[in-house]
Amino acid sequence: MSTKVRRVYGYLAEFENASQLYKAAEKVRDAGFKKWDCYTPYPVHGLDDAMGVKRSILPYFVFFGGLTGFITAIALAYTTQVGLYPTVVQGKPANIFTTAAFFPVMFELTILFSGFTVLFGLLALIGLPRWNHPIFASKQFKRVTDDKFFIAIEARDAKFSAENTKSLLAEIGGDNIELVEDDSE
Amino acid sequence: MSEATTQSENNTNGIKIPVLEREELILNKRSYHWITERICGVVENRQPFLWWILFIPSAIIALVGVVGGLTYLVSTGVGVWGNTNRVMWGWPIVNFVFWIGIGHAGTLISAILFLTRQNWRTSINRAAEAMTIFAVMCAGIFPAFHVGRVWMAWFLAPIPNSNAVWQNFKSPLLWDVFAVSTYFTVSLIFWFLGMVPDLATIRDRCKPGIRKFMYGLFSLGWRGGNRQWSHYEMAYLLLAALSTPLVLSVHSVVSFDFATSVVPGWHTTIFPPYFVAGAIFGGFAMVLTIMIPARALYGLHDMITMKHIDNMSKIILLTGTIVGYAYLMELFIAFYSGAKYEGAAFLFRIDGPYWWAYYCMMGLNVLSPQIFWFKKCRENLWVVMAVAMCVNIGMWFERFVIIVTTLARMWLPGDWKTYSPSGVDILTFVGTIGMFLALFLLFLRFLPCINIAEVKWTLKESDVHDEDKKAHPDKGIEVIEAYQYELHENPEGAAKEAGIKIETSTAES
Repeated sequence: MSTKVRRVYGYLAEFENASQLYKAAEKVRDAGFKKWDCYTPYPVHGLDDAMGVKRSILPYFVFFGGLTGFITAIALAYTTQVGLYPTVVQGKPANIFTTAAFFPVMFELTILFSGFTVLFGLLALIGLPRWNHPIFASKQFKRVTDDKFFIAIEARDAKFSAENTKSLLAEIGGDNIELVEDDSE
Repeated sequence: MSEATTQSENNTNGIKIPVLEREELILNKRSYHWITERICGVVENRQPFLWWILFIPSAIIALVGVVGGLTYLVSTGVGVWGNTNRVMWGWPIVNFVFWIGIGHAGTLISAILFLTRQNWRTSINRAAEAMTIFAVMCAGIFPAFHVGRVWMAWFLAPIPNSNAVWQNFKSPLLWDVFAVSTYFTVSLIFWFLGMVPDLATIRDRCKPGIRKFMYGLFSLGWRGGNRQWSHYEMAYLLLAALSTPLVLSVHSVVSFDFATSVVPGWHTTIFPPYFVAGAIFGGFAMVLTIMIPARALYGLHDMITMKHIDNMSKIILLTGTIVGYAYLMELFIAFYSGAKYEGAAFLFRIDGPYWWAYYCMMGLNVLSPQIFWFKKCRENLWVVMAVAMCVNIGMWFERFVIIVTTLARMWLPGDWKTYSPSGVDILTFVGTIGMFLALFLLFLRFLPCINIAEVKWTLKESDVHDEDKKAHPDKGIEVIEAYQYELHENPEGAAKEAGIKIETSTAES
């Protein structure tokens, strides 16, 4: 007989609304937890500060993405137009000084590469796509994309303890506190 | 609509000053769950009978027009189109510019209104972005087949090939290839990323099965954690910031196709702004054309309110007037520049064999939106719909006037020809209308047509300080900011304006 190992993911607690969640988040942050998250149906503004989440670093990725696009466009335009195949149409030359004519392509490629960097940079930062996540084991969690607000504190957090974390969540106003167990393995 | 007044209590002085309350974006105090139910209901419930009545003919028209028309074209040759020597651009490029222009309203709503914090955009941005994608798809058909041998359309892209020939990067036609393909790609990314949380909403409501699998696949495993939202919001902001210059560049580049040539009637510097304003104008008309029926069909009145329609009507009025200004300025410069050929080109537009197209353009684009100066007209959906249809037709005629009348009278009298489209031309264009409608109906059927997460975000209780605000003496009533400022900073002045006498003035907020 094989025993199925069920790992504890963490505690999940429901909160009444965004205002309650905000206040609770401040308390969880001040209690020193690191591996936890607030789950909301829409982006709640101000929650980043309440949770102590730092500003996203995505813009730095995108800057370099855009720069790559810009340099690609310069390389493409000059190698093909000045080096490989200068086309002289209507007496207009193709040389190092015809930069102005290459601006549209430089602009478009900057935007295109930046756009792709936003997409893939975001996916890398938020760790998606993925097939499953332990938190989906919770039945009540389904309502998070509808109208419920949750805080989940993960068991891998150094401060996590089965008793104290549960009582903390109850203390700050959490309802339906649930121990979420990872049943995928 | 904005007359609703309430009494704000200025607690220190004990006086009541009337203030203008901010209009609700979502009517009838709907809850989060109601919003989810209503929008997901569009996807989950059986489609209304009218959906099929619209979808089946659209799909047939698309099949016959686009698939059939283009198959005939490819198997026979581009000669079946009415393009003749000098009017070689003819109908296909008219349609290309028409459809590309339609797309611009979607990006304007999703990007520019996002950056300017116009929260009313949340109810219409998803459908408008879908419209952008489908319009650009329709647009792309025309230049691809217009190259003549469509199987060589890849020559447009700078790919090393055995001919060792490279594209001419000084040509606006090549800029167009880059602009349109970038526009399509970035719009698609924007649309898809915006949809991920809403697809997760549908996923969480599905029973296990193929539907759940598909929605789950495309929602990428979204969990709605704030550590995800935080990056997500930044990504959304970045895409909006990228799309804003992009959308302005796309129609500018399209206008360069004309403006960088030395053809009388095209060679003008007003073209880029004029084209962009026209594109937004035509695009908003198309948004209204498809959103008003969709709103009625699925009962979305609480989310797409009269305020939205009012705002869009005002944008149509504004951009229509800008377009009117551009038409008149073109005429004026044709006269004032003293350039004979320029003058002749415009006289030909007004007084030549295509006079009817010119008057259609002027009447439908410039005069018809002027009716929106009247509030009664902006509030009557039949009038709004009629004007939107006028603008749709008028904007198509604008491109017809610009392209056909100009090319029909170029420099050499030996080149002069009168152009008329062939049956295949008309069939393909009508086919793209069918394709556009069929795609939009499929979008309504399978994807969340309103941005669920963002609409929830605009509700009052979504503010994290909502409870604190309610506890405040003014009960968190959101008033027009200028007045609020006045109330807190200068209560005496505010009271005076309201015609109330007060003695002391120590206001606290």
